Amino acid sequence: MTEPARVEGPWVRFWRDFSESRLALVGLALLALVVAIAILAPVISPQNPYDLAQLDVMDSKLAPGEASGTGKTYWLGTDDQGRDMLSGIFYGLRISLGVGVASTIFALAIGLVLGLVAAYFGGWVDTLVMRIVDIQLSFPAILIALVLLAVLGQGVDKIVVALVTVQWAYYARTVRSSALVERQKEYIEAARVLALGQARVVFRHLLPNCLPPLIVVATVQVAHAIALEATLSFLGLGLPITEPSLGLLISNGFQYLLSGKYWISFYPGIALLVTIMAINLVADQLRDVLNPRLRK
Amino acid sequence: MLAYAIRRFGQSFIVLVFMSFLVFVGVYAIGNPVELLVNPQADEAERIRATAALGLDKPFLEQYWGFLVGAAKGDLGKSFVFNVPALTLILEKLPATIELAFVAMVLAISLGIPLGLVAGLKPDSFVGRGIMAGSIMGFSLPTFWVGLVLIMIFSVHLGWLPSNGRGETVLVAGIPVSFLTMDGIAHLAMPATNLALFKLSLLIRLTRAGTREAMLQDYVKFARAKGLPQRRVIGVHVLKNILIPIVTVIGLELGSVIAFAIVTESIFAWPGTGKLLIDSINQLDRPVIVAYLLVIVSLFVVINFVVDVLYSLLDPRVRLGGAAAAH
Repeated sequence: MTEPARVEGPWVRFWRDFSESRLALVGLALLALVVAIAILAPVISPQNPYDLAQLDVMDSKLAPGEASGTGKTYWLGTDDQGRDMLSGIFYGLRISLGVGVASTIFALAIGLVLGLVAAYFGGWVDTLVMRIVDIQLSFPAILIALVLLAVLGQGVDKIVVALVTVQWAYYARTVRSSALVERQKEYIEAARVLALGQARVVFRHLLPNCLPPLIVVATVQVAHAIALEATLSFLGLGLPITEPSLGLLISNGFQYLLSGKYWISFYPGIALLVTIMAINLVADQLRDVLNPRLRK
Repeated sequence: MLAYAIRRFGQSFIVLVFMSFLVFVGVYAIGNPVELLVNPQADEAERIRATAALGLDKPFLEQYWGFLVGAAKGDLGKSFVFNVPALTLILEKLPATIELAFVAMVLAISLGIPLGLVAGLKPDSFVGRGIMAGSIMGFSLPTFWVGLVLIMIFSVHLGWLPSNGRGETVLVAGIPVSFLTMDGIAHLAMPATNLALFKLSLLIRLTRAGTREAMLQDYVKFARAKGLPQRRVIGVHVLKNILIPIVTVIGLELGSVIAFAIVTESIFAWPGTGKLLIDSINQLDRPVIVAYLLVIVSLFVVINFVVDVLYSLLDPRVRLGGAAAAH
């Protein structure tokens, strides 16, 4: 830049860098839409898909837009119980997104603390934590989650536990590697010289400087968590049928796919795809913006 | 080298025993398999007899010890459902899984590296951007949904490809394989494509990133300055250098391909170990679940070891002893 440095707030700079990519802005807009739908599902859905009184078996397995016996039009068709697919997808998004975000927050918290502690104290604490991380990461996440769920059974709480278990190690590793670098720097030494408490040094001085790479990993992991939950639910091991996420809706429609009733599986899949893609687009741009090596 | 191998396998063995214990505790906690196996009308005496026959009346530690002693002799217990040794059951299904994983990996490599090279050499061209957009799609699309869409298009709509099973197989060295018959290839096409998609996207990204970085290096400039043709610069100088991380990732991903085959096998009813695992979980067939995990984990251990050795051969800068600690 040739003009004299103007004082720019970090948020302003962040937004300017982020909005450089049109694709990322599209992703962000889509993500905002998905989140809005998930939050507002009970308000905007044409029907409450869990209220059996509102379902009509006569309307089951209607194709999108097909005229129904009750005079209602189902724009995305209905499933085997006469449930409106559009409403099902809105509610399903709510569950998929909720599970993805909740598991990411818990995993982030656990991974963050363990990673920071490992890097700050070093020695046997570090060895122990990182050994567990190494062993865990040498197995595919889906395998660990599958076995855990086989043991735990079905339920929202159980799938969150399984997702947290497979995810925390990524955060621990990311935090540790950046904390190891930051720990050597002078401001940490200065904080120590001031005789601040160890917790204060770790959480108020070390932590904020380790955050950028963590934010990138967390964004990508939300998408992973959503995809993994959908996959597990599809295999019949995730959520119970009373709380259908997008994966369960797709699984439910699978048996009708071969007879040509594609919409029961297809549209929830599109919703899942849009959600994951929007998050990935945002994450890709975040990676570029928050990477100090690429900063101009 | 030998000392390294011994230490490495020693560590793996400890992990294996520890994991078998965890899994054993875990599956021990899952419901009572007797309920699923015995006729619902059976009386109490019948239930007790069935429990004793499966050895489930013994205390937990005794059951685990019995399992360890058996495992040391190569006996991982009998399937509750099929009443045959669990290991036999898995080894029977393993060729199908390995064939699927292998074909998927070959597909991913033979497409991923050339496409990644093109995207890396011309990152701003229409083709380069197109390839990258495709790879973002490949990352975002959940495997199981792609499988459904493939079935929807090629089986239901067009009617070209069968949607389940292995098709006709021929025996090669006593092992049934699908890829040598036309019918088998037709059955293999969709599951293999499905399984390959994610790895393909990964390889495209890796190759592209490696190529872009390598093109800026001095040795490429020097090779060009020497007047070498573009083909030789890319084919020898660039490719050789980017191959090191690619080979590592391919090796490490082999294990995850086998794990992800669980999903693909379930969708396409491919009769491999993944489908067996899901069926066993649903039927609470404990010995098969435990045996599956032990076999798969052993497979991972061997794969990871081979990758590390290959890595050190490809890149003389890497020393084996340090690789385990720095990993």
